[in-house]
Amino acid sequence: MSGPDLLSAGDERLAPRSAVRRLMARPELGALVGAVAVFLFFAVVTSTFLTPGALGTVLYSASTIGIMAVPVALLMIGGEFDLSAGVLVTTAALASSMVSYQFTAVTWVGVGVSLVVTLGIGLFNGWVLTRTRLPSFIVTLGTFLMLTGANLGVTQLVDGTVATKSIADMQGYRSCAWLFAGSFTVGGLTVRATVWWWLGLVLVAGWLLLRTRFGNWVFAVGGDADAARAVGVPVGRTKIALYLGVALCAWILGQHLLFSFDTVQSGEGVGNELIYIVAAVIGGCLITGGYGSAAGSALGAAIFGMTSKGIVYAQWDPDWFKFFLGAMLLLATLLNSWVRRRAEHG
Amino acid sequence: MTAPPPPLLELSGIGKNYGSVLALRDVGLVVEAGSISCVLGDNGAGKSTLIKVVAGLHAHDTGSYRISGEEVHLSSPRQALDRGIATVYQDLAVVPLMPVWRNFFLGSELQRGRGPTARLDVAAMRATTREALLRMGIDLRDVDQPIGTLSGGERQCTAIARAVHFGAKVLVLDEPTAALGVKQSGVVLKYVAAARDQGLGVVLITHNPHHAYLVGDRFLLLKRGRMAGSHTRAEITLEQLTAEMAGGSELAELSHELRRAGVVPADPGEGTEPTT
Ligand SMILES: Nc1ncnc2c1ncn2[C@@H]1O[C@H](COP(=O)(O)OP(=O)(O)OP(=O)(O)O)[C@@H](O)[C@H]1O
Ligand SMILES: [Mg+2]
Repeated sequence: MSGPDLLSAGDERLAPRSAVRRLMARPELGALVGAVAVFLFFAVVTSTFLTPGALGTVLYSASTIGIMAVPVALLMIGGEFDLSAGVLVTTAALASSMVSYQFTAVTWVGVGVSLVVTLGIGLFNGWVLTRTRLPSFIVTLGTFLMLTGANLGVTQLVDGTVATKSIADMQGYRSCAWLFAGSFTVGGLTVRATVWWWLGLVLVAGWLLLRTRFGNWVFAVGGDADAARAVGVPVGRTKIALYLGVALCAWILGQHLLFSFDTVQSGEGVGNELIYIVAAVIGGCLITGGYGSAAGSALGAAIFGMTSKGIVYAQWDPDWFKFFLGAMLLLATLLNSWVRRRAEHG
Repeated sequence: MTAPPPPLLELSGIGKNYGSVLALRDVGLVVEAGSISCVLGDNGAGKSTLIKVVAGLHAHDTGSYRISGEEVHLSSPRQALDRGIATVYQDLAVVPLMPVWRNFFLGSELQRGRGPTARLDVAAMRATTREALLRMGIDLRDVDQPIGTLSGGERQCTAIARAVHFGAKVLVLDEPTAALGVKQSGVVLKYVAAARDQGLGVVLITHNPHHAYLVGDRFLLLKRGRMAGSHTRAEITLEQLTAEMAGGSELAELSHELRRAGVVPADPGEGTEPTT
């Protein structure tokens, strides 16, 4: 490898890039600083924040947002939104519960059918988007409204109320509950199953983004779809795959909701889509696409978890949560654009 | 020499409409290996449309398009790429925020492993990008910097190097010198000539007859979607090309009108004499 060495050694225009410089160019830098600051803040302000019990609760809260923030971040890097992501989680839970209750008494069947239904909705989102070339804001706003209505309407039709019937006594319930909603405790710290799902998803998504051809395509279709198409990248298929990713994670989280409570409230999920988007943006994703990271979305979700629970531990009025998040979002966006300018022109 | 092989590209009688807009009518273009064909014309003359047909971005409506003698009807850029036609668009078709090496290999990534373990061969791609650029004489600071941070000329040259590296037989360039200064234009033209010397057929689109004449072997003039002239280098001088491009008698008339209105002084400047 003499070529590259020759080059890098012999070029006087290349100022040595310090470790700090390299760090500055990472999309998740802002989120990392923010997460550390929030952590230290609540560690100092509250007396309970550092106890294992509180940390377990914070981790759990972060994981239920993080599981969805990962695919939403990937989708945003790919240049699109999914406003139906929040209610899709509820749809996944409802489908699983109803199929199990109405047709069989085996929860695994419901879980499987729910996967098909949820992926079908993701496919629909992606397919309509690439076919019509309408903005994803419009397409998924449409699915959001339809799913919100259908969640309530179908539950009302089938069960006559706003919640599904309990499936706790069915065959397979315990194994499903273990997989999607289990937990174990080490030294007082209770780690829920969602935390493992979340970690796994972050690792897989990070690897996909940075080390596979698919990841290259995701950055490209979000950065400049026309340029990507011109060099032969299958833009439509890449975007559809990203919507399928959102659906897959919605299915995972939906099963968690179902198996941690054994019934589902059909009106849940509305508004969560924005939380996922905010977590991705706080994590360094560029709202216009082409830039961001999976690890950043995890930090964004962690900030969410720490803030929502930290406010409770600090015994403040929980109403301040939203205010705090709004401020966080603005700060993160400003920091991101500043860091990016430094990265581009530094 | 025996019977000459068919030209790399041969378009004749090409027509293309955008709805009711007739963007091209009855246009012909020949590209031979190791030579540069220039397409000249005013804004909106149809230059970009012509190369979009060549590149497979739009299918032509009438006429025939032959690649190495074989009649084709391209319907996607991939088909053109697979036949060795690489295009560097006016807007360059690069993704500004992505590193140089990712852009270089975009759509043709090198991979290691199979199936679910298939992953990017990052080290090889970085090294290859450096080497390919160096071979074209481009000495980049850092292949990890976002391509948007390169100068316009460096970006053009990178795009050209990419096309050459991926074994293009035909290189299509849409106004590569349009936004560049004199010196950078010279550098880009040098790389265009380097690509030609490696045996590629080049289609060079430009506004600038001086740039065209520096490197061109054939010249095709477009005017409002029609052919206004087609010459080999031997048939035409720079002065004639400039005059023809500027519209010959039309320009003389314009300068007459402007002079009457008192906008320009009496001297009409160079290249306005009406020619044959
Ligand atoms: N997608 C499109 N839909 C409708 N009309 C178009 C489209 N693209 C180009 N045109 C029209 O076709 C004609 C030729 O355009 P083209 O882009 O080929 O010109 P050009 O010679 O490349 O100009 P320039 O020098 O400004 O790049 C113009 O009148 C333009 O308005
Ligand atoms: Mg043009």
